[in-house]
Amino acid sequence: MNVRERAAAVAAQVRDPEMPMLTLADLGVLRDVAVQDDVVVASITPTYSGCPAMATMRDDLVHRLTDAGFARVRVRVVLSPAWSSDWITDAGRAALRAAGLSPPVPAPAVTGPVPLTLGTTRRALTCPRCGSGRTSRVSEFGATACKALYRCDDCLESFDHIKEI
Amino acid sequence: MNDDSVYDGLLGGDSSQWAFGTDFEDPLAGVDTTVPDGVHAAELAGLCLRLGDDALVLSQRLAEWCSRAPELEEDIALANFALDLLGQARLLLARAAAADPSIVPVLPEGSPVPAEDALAFFREAGQFRNVRMAEVPNGDFAHVVVRLLLFSLVRLATLERLTGSPDAVLAAIAAKGVKELTYHRDWAGRWFVTCAQGTDESRRRLLTALDQLWPLYDELFTTDDLRAGTDVVLDQVLAVAGVPRPQLAPLGGAGTHTEALSLMLAEMQVVARAHPMGRW
Repeated sequence: MNVRERAAAVAAQVRDPEMPMLTLADLGVLRDVAVQDDVVVASITPTYSGCPAMATMRDDLVHRLTDAGFARVRVRVVLSPAWSSDWITDAGRAALRAAGLSPPVPAPAVTGPVPLTLGTTRRALTCPRCGSGRTSRVSEFGATACKALYRCDDCLESFDHIKEI
Repeated sequence: MNDDSVYDGLLGGDSSQWAFGTDFEDPLAGVDTTVPDGVHAAELAGLCLRLGDDALVLSQRLAEWCSRAPELEEDIALANFALDLLGQARLLLARAAAADPSIVPVLPEGSPVPAEDALAFFREAGQFRNVRMAEVPNGDFAHVVVRLLLFSLVRLATLERLTGSPDAVLAAIAAKGVKELTYHRDWAGRWFVTCAQGTDESRRRLLTALDQLWPLYDELFTTDDLRAGTDVVLDQVLAVAGVPRPQLAPLGGAGTHTEALSLMLAEMQVVARAHPMGRW
């Protein structure tokens, strides 16, 4: 493994501060790890404009890479392309399910002007705990910007769903 | 455990935990903020300042709704929109400051306040570029529904257009904002229809709020070619809601502010202004 690959492997282990069952790589937030003149440069992108976890992500990346022996680490923000829930990896989706969260379905593809949607957002979800397909939405907005709150009509447990964006 | 702070024992020696607010970062860290050839830096800064101020001021108004909405679910929705707009404001004010550093208020030497915070907390009301739709005081729930619908309609159309900006930073901020404004507008449109088709009382309140805010709608349009696209969507909402388009004239004085802005800023800015050398 060369220096870049070693740094990328360390960075890929850093977890999301709000959903610690996911690594930043699984979440699709870690966009790139490069080595330029002995400096490890990790690139991250915010999930939402107001994501309050960006500072912690940066600090965690710096700490983990420094602990692994990389003396000079820089974290840069990448704004384009904007993050999409489609970037959550298959491993990330499995980790979400294992932790009792429902992973996003494919995000709607928009070409041309954004259409207005006056109907309620409907998603065919399966309960991450019991696998039932009978679920109801409790609240489209939840504990963090990226989640909606659902309830399983069979096992009666509530669960968070990661929204499509 | 240290008695000085109840949090000390929780941090495990790591003082970077965001939840306790010890550290912020440059929202454009590592982003190339060079103004591209052919783009006028002061005009770009002015545009970003206007869009950033709209987002900042409305974010503050929406944050005032915290714990006051009629249902917990809608309280969370409004806080969510406030957070999205605050994030957009940070990026836009940082972009404005990078494009034209001369717009940033000068603070005492050695002040750690970043440029976007200097713009947010150390300007007077008269220096803010936001529209009055964002600043007028909150009313009832119908008022915030109408305000968000009219504001989001035009902001979404504006940001959609700016995804093609020659400035790649602004284009990226706009593309991200489009995703967020999409669900702000949908939420407001749904509640507009719900209030209009609900009870006599909810419809009365909605029509009252619409009459109050409609004279401020015209100020949202900086270019007339935004009107066609927004009119189609607005007419769609009005048709489903069964509400006629108001016939009220625009309020004069576009570009000025109401007294409400200075009162709001007094509360929003007081702590930062008392501690220009403060580290948070």
